[in-house]
This record gives sequence, structure tokens and C-alpha cells, in this order.
Amino acid sequence: MALIDLANPTRFLNLVARVLPLLAGAAAIAFAVGLYQALLVAPNDYQQGATVKIMFIHVPSAWLAMFCWGAMTIAALGTLVWRHPLADVAAKAAAPLGAAFTFLCLLTGSLWGRPMWGAYWVWDGRLTSVLVLFLMYLGVIALWRVVEDPSRAARAVAILTLVGAINLPIIKFSVDWWATLHQPASVLRLGGPTIHPSILVPLLVMALAFVLLFLTLHLAAMRNEILRRRVRTLRLLQARGA
Amino acid sequence: MMELGPYAGFIVAAYSAALVVIGALIGWIVVDHRAQRRTLADLEARGITRRSSTVEAA
Repeated sequence: MALIDLANPTRFLNLVARVLPLLAGAAAIAFAVGLYQALLVAPNDYQQGATVKIMFIHVPSAWLAMFCWGAMTIAALGTLVWRHPLADVAAKAAAPLGAAFTFLCLLTGSLWGRPMWGAYWVWDGRLTSVLVLFLMYLGVIALWRVVEDPSRAARAVAILTLVGAINLPIIKFSVDWWATLHQPASVLRLGGPTIHPSILVPLLVMALAFVLLFLTLHLAAMRNEILRRRVRTLRLLQARGA
Repeated sequence: MMELGPYAGFIVAAYSAALVVIGALIGWIVVDHRAQRRTLADLEARGITRRSSTVEAA
């Protein structure tokens, strides 16, 4: 099936109906394996002790927070450049998911920071830029809600999303550019990961589980958005007929 | 049994937060899906249909 075929919402819904149970099952299996490895197999860190277990949910949440905005950026291009009918559906469905994972990243980071740094929060480059990302997600969600016409809202959101994408490299390189309490990149870095495989492998399995969960939720949320637009169309037809 | 050490409360709180946030996302999507399906079925039962669905049915 070509990408252009998915421009038809009915075909897309049929595809979602087939794929969703498989994705959900894969996510459940990945979480079961990942949590087993993270909680029962992975050793404690020699400095941080058992608090390193927070990393297995904090880091995948952080990656997803950025990945989701990246996906919204591609969708924004799909809306503005290619005018793909499902691009703004994908963008709208992704925003609440991105906000939730960014919130989870900030919250678990605070809960990890308090015992290790002695503070729940510091205004350094990494934490502040992720907080900005969270506020941008809330801004996008608000914009979708205040503009009633979905196609007009889509264009405004697409522009805001493209502007907001500037924040992604700032988040990534903030730990290199500014003095920070946050540790530097230790997985996605030139020269390879600096984490021992006994902790890296469970982290990657948990990251896979989070990505599968995101894909499952995103497809389900896109399906809901397509149905919501059908309801809106029928209500407009009903109003014209009244 | 896991030994979580002196900061067990922070670890349990982090995992509990993840459970709540992910559970809330799943719950919201499931409830929203049911609501949209119900509303759509209600409108179609009242004879309000899209032209494209009429064509699809034919």
C-alpha cells in the first residue's frame, strides 16, 4: 500500500483496525520484558544506587517528548507543503501524547534529581528547554481548541510547530553548551554509549516499549480524530438541513 | 524481592506517575473512541449521512 493510498481516511481506518492489535500486543510484550530487566535484572549504579531505575522511564519519556515534536514537524510539512489530508490529523493526535510524555519526563526527572542533586528543580539549560517544550505542546493543544475550522487551525499549528522545532537541537545540545547539573549525553553520542551493557540493554528495551506504545496510542488517537471530523461534517449537514 | 535502598519512595513515585500518566492516556483514547462511535451511529441512525458514504454503500 502506497503512502498516497492512506490519504483516503476510510482506507486508513481499515489499516488501523488491522495494525492496532498487533502494535498493542508488541508494546505489552516489550514492556513486560523491559520492566523485568529494568527492575529485576539490571544492577544498581555504583554511585546512584537504585535511583538509576528511574532512568528506565525518564530517558524513554524524554526521547519520546522530542520524537513526538519531530513527528509533528514532519506532519507540519505535510500540511503546508504536500497538503496530505491526514497530516494535520496526525499532528493533532500527537500533541496530547507529546505533552503527556514531556510531563512524565519532567516529573520523573524531578523525582530523580531530588535524591541525586538535592533539588527537585534547577533553572539550567536542559531542564528549562524541556519545560519550554512542554509549554509549546500546551500552546499547540490550545490553538487546536480555539480555532474552530480544522483546516485553518492546521495551518496555524503547522507554523507554530515548525518554529518550535528550533527547540529540539537546543534541548539535545544544552548539556554541551551550558554549565548544568544534568549529565551529558551517554547513549546517543559520537563515540558510542558510555553506559554498561547491563544497564544499556534494559534501557533500550524500555525505549522500544515506549515507542511501540506511542505508535499504538497515536494511531488510535488519529482514528478518533477522523471519527470526530466525520461527526463535525454530519452536524454541519444536519444544521444546513434544519 | 527488589532492594530499592534509602530512596525507594522516589523510585516508587516515579513508576507510579508513569503508570498513572500512561493509564490516563489509554483511558482517554478508549473513552473518546466510544463517544465518537456512539455519536456517529446516532447521527447516521437519524438519516444524516455523508455523500461519500452513500457512494461507498452503493
